[in-house]
Amino acid sequence: MDALHLTLYVAGDTPRSRQAMANLERICAEHLGGRAQCATIDVLDSPELADAERILTTPTLVRESPSPRRRVTGDLSDAQRVMTALGFTTTAQ
Amino acid sequence: MTRSASQNSPSVTVPKILTGISGFDSISEGGLPRERATLVAGTAGSAKTVFAVNYLAAGITQAGENGVFVTFEDSVPDVRRNMQGFGWDIAQWENEGKWAFVDAAPDADGPMAVVGDYDLGGLLARIQHAVKRVNAKRVSLDSLNALFVQFKEHAMLRAELFRITAVLKKMGLTVVFTGERTEEYGDVTRYGIEEFVADNVVILRNILGEERRRRTVEILKMRGTSHQRGEFPFTITSREGIVVIPLSQIELTQSSSTVRVTSGVKELDKMCGGGFFRDSVILASGASGTGKTLLVTQFMSGGYKAKERSLLFAFEESKDQLFRNAAAWGMDFEAMEKKERLMVVNRYPHSMAMEDHLVEMTQIIADFKPNRVAVDSLSALERVSSLRGFREFVIALTSTLKKRETAGLFTSTSPSLLGGTSVTEKHISTITDSIILLRYVEAFGSMRRALVVLKMRGSHHDADIREYTIDGEGMHIGQPLREVSGVLSGHTIFHDE
Repeated sequence: MDALHLTLYVAGDTPRSRQAMANLERICAEHLGGRAQCATIDVLDSPELADAERILTTPTLVRESPSPRRRVTGDLSDAQRVMTALGFTTTAQ
Repeated sequence: MTRSASQNSPSVTVPKILTGISGFDSISEGGLPRERATLVAGTAGSAKTVFAVNYLAAGITQAGENGVFVTFEDSVPDVRRNMQGFGWDIAQWENEGKWAFVDAAPDADGPMAVVGDYDLGGLLARIQHAVKRVNAKRVSLDSLNALFVQFKEHAMLRAELFRITAVLKKMGLTVVFTGERTEEYGDVTRYGIEEFVADNVVILRNILGEERRRRTVEILKMRGTSHQRGEFPFTITSREGIVVIPLSQIELTQSSSTVRVTSGVKELDKMCGGGFFRDSVILASGASGTGKTLLVTQFMSGGYKAKERSLLFAFEESKDQLFRNAAAWGMDFEAMEKKERLMVVNRYPHSMAMEDHLVEMTQIIADFKPNRVAVDSLSALERVSSLRGFREFVIALTSTLKKRETAGLFTSTSPSLLGGTSVTEKHISTITDSIILLRYVEAFGSMRRALVVLKMRGSHHDADIREYTIDGEGMHIGQPLREVSGVLSGHTIFHDE
């Protein structure tokens, strides 16, 4: 099975950014069995990466691989819906 | 009555930047307020995107100010391609670091899933990045409606757009963003964008009236500064993009030159007190066949003989026809054209809208630099326009001629063969400096022709109604018709003496 790569785009160190990062961490641990590799990109530091990915809204989570690419925006407060949006069948116990 | 001076003259407090959009800086009295946000709203097809691009293009070509274009609707390659027709080489400007795109068009894979709260932080960071990269002074966002279609959280969008424009203004940018309207005379925009983001509102309209499309621009509000009120016609040309015709700004000065030029008919010059004034506009009105085109032909030829440059806009007859007629009256248009002292432009009145005719004619006049211009006939143009559009056309053309100290001869066809006035006359007679009437006169079983100079601003003129004849050498004006009355009304009465 392909490696699971996720990238989270946030704009600055804001409560909303931190919320999204914490939620993503929890989703990875509880629903993806820790096998996902997650990267966080701050668009204020790397606007050219945001350009390349055509990011408008933040936070935005991108499923880079395996294909197909999927995107979900928001603070990721609902794990089940994030899993559905990313196209994963839930593995929650 | 006791308002303070500062309340009454706020215009000094808001500096403006010249947009470079032709005519717009005139109706906005100096351009767009600097470091403010202006909403350009219009229905679909009202040229909002052209305006938004034109604003940046003029900044680069005329003001040395670079720009950032944020596209929410059209793809970046589409914008580049669609604007090439105006001579705007965006790709080139991108290479030179004068133009930057922020691609915010919707994704091909449909709407994005939303889980929890979000904002437009990514967009703002990208715009700021692009602004810094090209050192932009202008930014256009086109069009905000696409954003409202893409994202459902409209309260968040409003707050974010407010934040984005505030940041951009603080960065020293003058912002133009476009928004879509659903009807020409209703709410400013569909999502009420103007209320929270715009300091200024400009409305573009594309109205269908009297079976013709007509584009107008109106400055609805400009916070803290003055501007022209009402709708102004505009057109879109491949040479300049948007061209606003700033009618109320056009001043029709009365003929001020004392220099006379020949009408091309010696006796007519005499009747006018020595010829037409160099910067005057003359209307020649008459029924079909009375000799209006002959008068125009002699006017052109008279200019040639006086070493002037003559320009003829012909809307009724083909070039071949005109040249053949001229030859029959002993005037060699071909030779005059070869020496580049005569230019004949033939157009079908129906081929384009009135505004487009006007802009094209103005450009030809600017390029050819004639000393005299004839339009044969205005009536042909009148048939393809609304009355208001027609009047505006004549005012604008007259003003162009006067500013250049160019003599103009316009013809108009009266509908009835005997007497009567044309609609053209009725609506523009106050605009022109002189009016010459050509009339058929029924006299003892034969048709004769008579002419009268009805008005001649700033000069005495011969008020006689004179008979004239036409032969192989053109027009010959003879003696006054003393024994006749009622020529002008068409009810000729002969008085026995």
